[in-house]
Amino acid sequence: MLDSIVFYFFAGIAVLSAALMVTRRNVMHSAVFLVTTLLSIAGIFLQLRAEFLFVTQIIVYVGGIMVLFIFVIMLVRLDVPLHQMRFRFQRLVALLVAFALGVEVLVILLLARKLPGAGLFVQSTAPVSKLPPNSEELSRTLFSNYLLPFEIASVLLLVAMVGAVVMAKGRKRADES
Amino acid sequence: MMSPAHYLFLSLALFLIGCVGVVTRRNVIVVLMSIELILNAVNINLVMFSRVFGDVAGQVFALFIIADAAAEAAVGLGIIIAFFRNRETVMTDEMDLLKW
Repeated sequence: MLDSIVFYFFAGIAVLSAALMVTRRNVMHSAVFLVTTLLSIAGIFLQLRAEFLFVTQIIVYVGGIMVLFIFVIMLVRLDVPLHQMRFRFQRLVALLVAFALGVEVLVILLLARKLPGAGLFVQSTAPVSKLPPNSEELSRTLFSNYLLPFEIASVLLLVAMVGAVVMAKGRKRADES
Repeated sequence: MMSPAHYLFLSLALFLIGCVGVVTRRNVIVVLMSIELILNAVNINLVMFSRVFGDVAGQVFALFIIADAAAEAAVGLGIIIAFFRNRETVMTDEMDLLKW
């Protein structure tokens, strides 16, 4: 009972603020609504007993990525709201395509009800009290079975860091001096 | 725990909202934010199935997706700043350098 209340609370906030994020005209408002969405998704991770991902989501997304976004929003001039709404047609087509995609996945999900057994509506077998400590379990798997992807991810982050610095630095302006 | 279908529907809703944002918005920063939303919607599925099957590998994958999202955001925002320095705009309609 409490579980479902927590789920519907966070899911409602996530969907509502995601919709507001897409529709707000002001980019800074969009960023703040995205922060709300990410925080409620973190709450859903916690409800799924993934404590480590809950903390990672807050630290990396809300504390890192969104701060980066807000810095860029403040660096870039954004005072062109007037001709934002010019293409009504594009919006219509986009909504149509998204609607078609949604219907498609909904049909698949509803057909999955016919799977043998309970299908997608099966309840989890492991009770909460039997779950191992999440961070410990996660780190054991990450550093044994997934050690090579972990190292590759570190190289990817290094490359992205160098790439971002090179992109944002710009070339020297020798002609101005 | 709720049934997996609840999480699938939540994830589907967030994914679709992200898709609409990518296609309709004309500000590149909002497009990037919508991509982050899509990645998060996928993460919900991974974590939920990891809980259902009692296997922690799904959470490892979600961790890798978070790392990828961070890398993607850093490079994307760097590109946006470089583009803004050259063209003084971040609107997708103005990005027509190959057209003359």
